[in-house]
Amino acid sequence: MAYVAVSGGKEAIEQSLKLLEIFRESREDITVSGIKENMGLLVDKIMSEAGFYSPEYAALALKQCEGSVEEAVFLLRAYRSTLPRNYYSCPADTRDMRLIRRISAAFKDIPGGQILGPTYDYSHRLLDFSLMEEETGEKAEEGEGVGSESGEDIRCGRVTDILREEHVLEEVEEDNTEPFDVTSNLLTFPAPRSARLQTFARSDAGFLGGVAYSSMRGYGAVHPTVSELRCGYIEIDVPYILDEEESLCIGEILVTEVEALVPSHTETDEEFDKMSLSGGYGLIFGRNENKAIAMSIADASLETKGDTPSQDEEFVLTHGDCLEMSGFISHLKLPHYVTFQSKLDRVRAKEEGK
Amino acid sequence: MIDARHYNFAFLDEGSKREIRRSILKAVAIPGYQVPFGSRELPIGRGWGTGGIQITLSIIGREDVLKVIDQGSDESVNAVNIKKLVEECTDVAITSDSEEASIIQSRHRIPEIPMRNDQILVLQVPTPEPLRIVETKESVTKQMHAEAEYSPMWLSLFEDLTQYGEISVSSEYPVMVEGRYVMNPSPIPRYDNKKLSDSETLYLFGAGREKKIYAIPPHTDVVSMCFDDIPFQAEDFEGKHCRLCQATGVYLDELIDEKTGEKVYECSDTGFCRGRREQKTWKHQC
Amino acid sequence: METPVLRIDHLTVRYGKTCDYCRNGGELHKNTCPRCKTVWACNDMNVKLYEGEILGIVGESGSGKSTLMKSLFFDFDVTEGSGFLRDFGGGEADIFAQSLQQKKYIKNHLMGMVYQNPMLGLRMDYSSAGNIAEKLIAAGQRSFSGMNERVEELLDAVEILQSRKKEPPKNFSGGMQQRVQISKALANNPAILLLDEVTTGLDLSVQAKVLELIREIRQRFHISIMLVSHDLAVIRMLADRTIVMLDGKIIEQGLTDQILDDPQQPYTQQLVHSLL
Repeated sequence: MAYVAVSGGKEAIEQSLKLLEIFRESREDITVSGIKENMGLLVDKIMSEAGFYSPEYAALALKQCEGSVEEAVFLLRAYRSTLPRNYYSCPADTRDMRLIRRISAAFKDIPGGQILGPTYDYSHRLLDFSLMEEETGEKAEEGEGVGSESGEDIRCGRVTDILREEHVLEEVEEDNTEPFDVTSNLLTFPAPRSARLQTFARSDAGFLGGVAYSSMRGYGAVHPTVSELRCGYIEIDVPYILDEEESLCIGEILVTEVEALVPSHTETDEEFDKMSLSGGYGLIFGRNENKAIAMSIADASLETKGDTPSQDEEFVLTHGDCLEMSGFISHLKLPHYVTFQSKLDRVRAKEEGK
Repeated sequence: MIDARHYNFAFLDEGSKREIRRSILKAVAIPGYQVPFGSRELPIGRGWGTGGIQITLSIIGREDVLKVIDQGSDESVNAVNIKKLVEECTDVAITSDSEEASIIQSRHRIPEIPMRNDQILVLQVPTPEPLRIVETKESVTKQMHAEAEYSPMWLSLFEDLTQYGEISVSSEYPVMVEGRYVMNPSPIPRYDNKKLSDSETLYLFGAGREKKIYAIPPHTDVVSMCFDDIPFQAEDFEGKHCRLCQATGVYLDELIDEKTGEKVYECSDTGFCRGRREQKTWKHQC
Repeated sequence: METPVLRIDHLTVRYGKTCDYCRNGGELHKNTCPRCKTVWACNDMNVKLYEGEILGIVGESGSGKSTLMKSLFFDFDVTEGSGFLRDFGGGEADIFAQSLQQKKYIKNHLMGMVYQNPMLGLRMDYSSAGNIAEKLIAAGQRSFSGMNERVEELLDAVEILQSRKKEPPKNFSGGMQQRVQISKALANNPAILLLDEVTTGLDLSVQAKVLELIREIRQRFHISIMLVSHDLAVIRMLADRTIVMLDGKIIEQGLTDQILDDPQQPYTQQLVHSLL
């Protein structure tokens, strides 16, 4: 009989899940902590797109789904829905970040110094066949005493602090309004900047990169200077219930922060408009540099006017969520025969009408 | 398998469920209006019925009896998958008999047997915005609803009639609710549109990915949009019948008989069809 | 005194935040405040339109004539001033102070607009019939055959063949696009027609035909028309009375022949002489 694939669904699903378990099952030794320790950048990517900080659970998710990024993000997001929301954290100041890497493309030298840290930027991308048989942990011993991984505590102010003192940055008032929460509200347009930034931070890295790239390449107007890219640990505090003045530190998270600068014009009462620099901002969980830069460009791009995709707020904010895009695309695999019957009815009616 | 030790009753935490129930109440109070809500991620894909599931999970209690159908079928993979999730995290009774059910969740169909006022039908919605076909921007469609500015929608129907002599909208045929809001009845066939009006039961619509909930309370006036002199047309099954239960005047699936190669038909509502074959009598006959 | 079908009092449209200098009548550079860069697109304009007349509005580009038309059709918000329609609210309700719904009613029933750029007035991908029907739908008509009859009547009035009613305006020449716009503007028998540079950019022979059509329509529908043009030949051919605008202000007005044959203001003299 036709459509057998659709009926008898219960048994079919059970068999499919069994088969999946066979595909997934570890054939080689692979542990959650192994994934967490060795696939750090992948774990960071999962956490950023899931909007959920837990290297351990991200590693577990990766183990559970054969390393699929979208499935791992999916698992974390779904798990997140089951957790009660107990606290909102206090604002964190990234000036207090314990740095592992910090560079500025805007200046040759910066107060506090350029800290290259761990980066693939200057490595040659040659397959290293010696890794086929590598002993674990050799290099970590050699690395002791290098940078802040050595335990050296490096903290410093931002490059933009210096520029702000010089009054070359666009003057903006500090905005201390309660941020919009995109995880419990539907976005409305125009969206407040807090909503934009949250949406970008959770965005699919590929989508966000495409948006930023298009803006730099000519479909838009933003080709920024990276004032500062910093990567390190920040402390997260929550208000102490018994005393409003007090807060409690609940741990550290690793983040990447980018401040990008673009020239801007401000209208004034004077004869000529004022020229200054305005900023785009990126902050992403983990070591996630390209996504953080892309975020700062996408942010700055929405401040410019024009008809390109990167300047269209509704477009960039509604199509970048990993879960939403993969969910809606994959739902096409569901049966659609009732609506297809309805479509056929219309097509046939038109045929008969002719 | 969901381990009850790790998860709350009905999966979502109580705060989330309460929040969703408040949105549902607002939707019931303003029939046809799309209430935005903080849609949660579920263990099932966005676009796979997560709006409907969130409604079901938020309203379900231990005494409820749940039926889930997809394309009218209790056995469809998606329906089975959703039932499995709800069963695992609530342990409520599952049925395929629509009379026994207190909540029916459905995708793309309204059951053939009329529903009662002690039942709720939850529909899964992919694209809640009926005006999306004439306007891409959410900020604009929101304003159009606020001003009841539906001319572009009427115009698209006019265009169809001008170009093709027929209205080409197949499923998701837009309806006017209580003379105020144009609403997308979810991708049900046009055949099911009439069941929305002046019904005994409460209809709840959930769109998880688009983060909207809307409702049609019992005895609401729901009219399929059409011009005064052009009658609204449901799908035509004239002269056709179900090959299993011989029913006529119901929504039919079209199949090709593998042996004869002929076009044959079966009831889309499999529960209804089975009941007829088992000579079941319903309290509310259709 | 006859009541005008439209009266505009002290209409001002400006862009910018203004400063003490320009608010207190300081001298502007053309229409722009030299200090705060505020643009005074329309500056304290008073206009009356009488039944059945064609009122010409002439001026160079940037003089504020299109801004005036678009403000009247609520495409732009006016900054100050009021407007009154004889057929709305007993002639005593300020149209600029109305709710969105009322403004829509006015746009759909009492006024029709034809833009210089047909893209602003037409849906280029919809059929011509659909374009006209849009106005009928907006006015609440829900009979398909009734609307079709009206569409056919209007296409006849602007001399477009019935056989082309299914075609979208994007397939049409500029002159035909303007005809579709005119028929759309007339759909609900408005008392006032606003024409904004409708013949600009058209070939001379096509221009002549469209102008002829406007004259016929005035006769046939007994409609009052405000006609904006930078072209004095168009004004001379059609307008009964004429207003001359410069830098957002009315500098001269009167009967068209009088303005064109005996201009009083230096700017108007220059305008007329440059044509001759």
